[in-house]
Amino acid sequence: MDIQKIIDGLHPLERKILPLLTKYSSIPNLVDNSSLKEIEVIRAIQWLRNKNLIDSKEDSKQLVFLDKNGKIYLKSGLPERVFLNSLNREMSIKEIEKTSKLSKEEVSVCLGLLKRKNAINIGKKGNDVLVSLTDVGRNILKKEMIEETFLKKSFPLDPKILSSEEIYAFNELNKRKNILKVEVQKVKTITLTPVGISLLQNVDTLTKDVIDGLTQDVIRNKSWNNKEFRSYDVKFPVPRINYGKKHFENEAIDYIKSIWLNLGFKEMSGQMVQTAFWDLDSLFVPQDHPAREMQDTFYIKKPSKGTIPEDLKKKVKAVHENGGDTGSTGWKSAWNEDKARELLLRTHTTVLSAHTLSKLKKEDLPLKFFSVGKCFRNEAVDWNHLFEFYQVEGIVVDPNANFDNLKGYLNEFFKKMGYTKVMIRPSHFPYTEPSAEIMAYSPEKQQWIELGGAGIFRPEVTKTLLGFECPVLAWGLGLGRVAVPYYKIQDLRDFNRNDLKQLRSMKKWLLQPQ
Amino acid sequence: MPTVKYNKKSLMELLGRKVSDEVLSNRINYLGANCEGVDENEVTVEVFPNRPDLLSEQGLARALSSFMDIKLGFKKYDVKKSGVKVVVDKSVKGIRPFTACAIVKGLKLTDEKIKELIQIQEKLHITYGRNRKKAAIGIYPLEHIKTPIYYKALHPEEIKFKPLDLNKDLTGSQILAIHPTGREYGYLLDGKEKYPVFIDAKQSIMSMPPIINSNNVGKIAVTTKDVFIECSGFEFDYLHTCLNIIVTALADMGGHIYSVDLSYPDKKHVTPELSGRELKLDVEYVNKILGLELKESDVKKYLGRMGHDYKNKKALVPNYRADILHPIDLVEDIAIAHGYENFKGTLSEFSTVAQEKPISIFKNQLRSILIGLGLIEVKNYHLTNKDNQSKLMNYNIDLVELENSVTQEYTVLRAWVTPNLMETLRYNKHYEYPQNIFEIGTVFKLDDSYDTGVKETDRLAIGLCGSDANFTKIKQILDVIAEALELKYDLTETEHGSFIKGRVARVLLSNSKIAYVGELHPQVLMNWGIEMPVAVLELNVTELFNLMNFPNDKVEVTEHSKKTVSKKESKKQKPVHKKVHSKPKKKSKR
Repeated sequence: MDIQKIIDGLHPLERKILPLLTKYSSIPNLVDNSSLKEIEVIRAIQWLRNKNLIDSKEDSKQLVFLDKNGKIYLKSGLPERVFLNSLNREMSIKEIEKTSKLSKEEVSVCLGLLKRKNAINIGKKGNDVLVSLTDVGRNILKKEMIEETFLKKSFPLDPKILSSEEIYAFNELNKRKNILKVEVQKVKTITLTPVGISLLQNVDTLTKDVIDGLTQDVIRNKSWNNKEFRSYDVKFPVPRINYGKKHFENEAIDYIKSIWLNLGFKEMSGQMVQTAFWDLDSLFVPQDHPAREMQDTFYIKKPSKGTIPEDLKKKVKAVHENGGDTGSTGWKSAWNEDKARELLLRTHTTVLSAHTLSKLKKEDLPLKFFSVGKCFRNEAVDWNHLFEFYQVEGIVVDPNANFDNLKGYLNEFFKKMGYTKVMIRPSHFPYTEPSAEIMAYSPEKQQWIELGGAGIFRPEVTKTLLGFECPVLAWGLGLGRVAVPYYKIQDLRDFNRNDLKQLRSMKKWLLQPQ
Repeated sequence: MPTVKYNKKSLMELLGRKVSDEVLSNRINYLGANCEGVDENEVTVEVFPNRPDLLSEQGLARALSSFMDIKLGFKKYDVKKSGVKVVVDKSVKGIRPFTACAIVKGLKLTDEKIKELIQIQEKLHITYGRNRKKAAIGIYPLEHIKTPIYYKALHPEEIKFKPLDLNKDLTGSQILAIHPTGREYGYLLDGKEKYPVFIDAKQSIMSMPPIINSNNVGKIAVTTKDVFIECSGFEFDYLHTCLNIIVTALADMGGHIYSVDLSYPDKKHVTPELSGRELKLDVEYVNKILGLELKESDVKKYLGRMGHDYKNKKALVPNYRADILHPIDLVEDIAIAHGYENFKGTLSEFSTVAQEKPISIFKNQLRSILIGLGLIEVKNYHLTNKDNQSKLMNYNIDLVELENSVTQEYTVLRAWVTPNLMETLRYNKHYEYPQNIFEIGTVFKLDDSYDTGVKETDRLAIGLCGSDANFTKIKQILDVIAEALELKYDLTETEHGSFIKGRVARVLLSNSKIAYVGELHPQVLMNWGIEMPVAVLELNVTELFNLMNFPNDKVEVTEHSKKTVSKKESKKQKPVHKKVHSKPKKKSKR
């Protein structure tokens, strides 16, 4: 490993901590001796470990801490020091208490302790106990006691690495009340790895002042002229950020719209609440068709009935009952206006095609239209069912259009959607003839899947809505079928769950037209 | 659509040829039904409602036989006269006015065959018969019946017979009240003073359609050789087709068809009639629709594959086909016979000009502004409930209500989008903040001036949620939108139950109220269990779009459904671009 390269990449915090690791191995010690904040030390340790310059392990350890009195004595001195300082002549116990301001208890502890050290003489004069300094005591006054030295150490301390003197001091102090405490703690021990050690041999470069962040100040003061920049670890992962985003379903819709627009289609849109007249009757769906029943269609309670156009109503009635002027036999049953006025949530976007056809003029043809819009089906929601779903609708209104063209448009669309194998096979819809079902081969599922229905609108539909005969190619495709495999969605409810984590992390629509 | 299980062995016998499972499944799919699977004994097929004739094994085999070039063309059925008369009494008028009847003799029934017969009858009842409402079928052993047969309506208490599988005489009303089939289908006779019955010359009640047969006279057994069949309902032609489907299946089972003389008060019919129906069909028309170059002989061959004959530009269509309403239906049959797989798929040659809806473009422009601000787009359902729209928002609003939703949570259409944003924020409570979201979608309001009584407009709702979400932050976004669209808006103070008093405003553009902006009230936040401030903007995109006065489209959502646009409203649509207001006269007005 290139030592110099590692050094170049060291952050100022790392540069400060690294040399200290020869002396200290715990975070509190490093904090005390580095003038860094704890969080800075922790970060530096983290980075150094990521670079394999240090090892850290965690053990349970007995540690010595300063207790309540210990912290006080560290500031104000040990009581025996205060005792000795105030003993400037032979004094009685009471006098000592008064001048030293020590408590009775402390004074009596000091008496015993100093006597054992031969620092004082205790004599009696009548009822009074008199205390005086000895030579040893005078000597002690001039220098630091080992207990005092011990208190000044940085805590917590590992009792196992104490010198014999320190062990004596520890034992002495530990006997006394609330000066020290010994506790078991989890401790992170940080040690240098061989690489870390060899790195420290370049102390000069290590302690060299480098530029970390390039700031406005640095640019202005031109310090970059004679300093080096710290190298970054360019491979180091950075935290993720959020960004503004379009809903993933809308990205798929935009793409699908672009396909039809590129093929020269005009967009259709319209109401979601429709009369049954437009949604079903105008499309020659018989009034007793099972699809009209309550369990499949959302009907509207408030408001309950809509109005339908008079001129078209007559034509639709005739075509249902006897075929009108279309050459059809019709459904041969009475057509009920009331049923046609019922309001519902559109069951297919084919209703938009019906509205569009009703407004076209012969001289404007040929024309092509598409829409991508919501449809509704009255069913309970689960992972595989939604009551709202998108349909991709298309019509080609062209006096010369034919069934072969229909297959052509569908092939073209699905090729652009990434399906290379598409087939159509016979199917049935009340408003198309011939009718077809579109199947495409799914490489993921290794099987043919249904993608939608298509056909040529029946003359009963076109003659009634357009007012003249003209083939109209039409199709209705499910959006979910194509968007689900792309986004690898397991549950259709994900389209409207709005889970921010999912929305934020969803990939873009990347499919390109082929 | 019904799924039917066919016995594979008898299907092969009827076809007179052994075919592999793969070929069988492929041919069924390309014939116009959906083969769901073939196993050792059974073939499972979803039959589309336009081909009830495929519901029987015999019908499917007949169609496959011609489709696979085993036996091409129109299949002739010999119909002899039985001399049996059915008298239709005028009393059935207004109740269940029509019947079509036939007799089939010489059946060799087994338990298996009887089961099959019941299956055909049941599938026809469910599909073509619309659950017996439109057509109900009765089959009776002829031996117990003394002809002529009468079809008439009697008072429920006058009707007394042992219904199928019950050894006890019941009256008409008792059958509807007690018998399981009576309870299931009794609603079909709801409100009728009299119930229809078939009754023979001995005055034995044969059945009470569309409910049930008599146990004595109307029960088929393995010993039964000759049967009387009736179809009852409301349209004669419809019933006749239904009858034809059954009798041809029985003939293919080995029976011989005999006709019955129907005597209506004003008319006589002889049913069944199986000699075919002629329909004019031009080869040119076929080629124009299909984009093929077929010759007359091709058309004849293809129609033959689908069981029709073709002679002198006329097709002869079997009487059991319910789906041939118009020559276009024969064109589809020709396409099927040609094979959908054999169409090449060519695009039209003409060119057309594409046009995206201007409001679609506008909505995407709004999206890009908001995405640039770091907002996430969400999408909620249009269906919701009153609590979410009103109660939790502390705001009363009139809603479009659904009649019959299967889910309690979704009973109305949304009138505003902000409650949906609250739902989204509630769902995402465990994720990091800030959560800044927006949605563009449709809202629904009651409005008599529309054909549907409902006005639909597009809205944009923005929700900022996080510790620093406040009025300033949301107004900054409003300013960004206004700047990007070159709009000059005004604000007026307002009150709104969902917002903190004094921290909510209406946004005005050319005196039209186009948006609300404000901080949501903590009570509303608590109602939703959200413990973070939320600032909201809800903007009427449709109205804004109209006010923007784009050169192209004006009112796109309403163009075909609005009854009349009032003068007042059209006046409102003044240009609002700052730059457009260059004439001093207009400026002084503002």
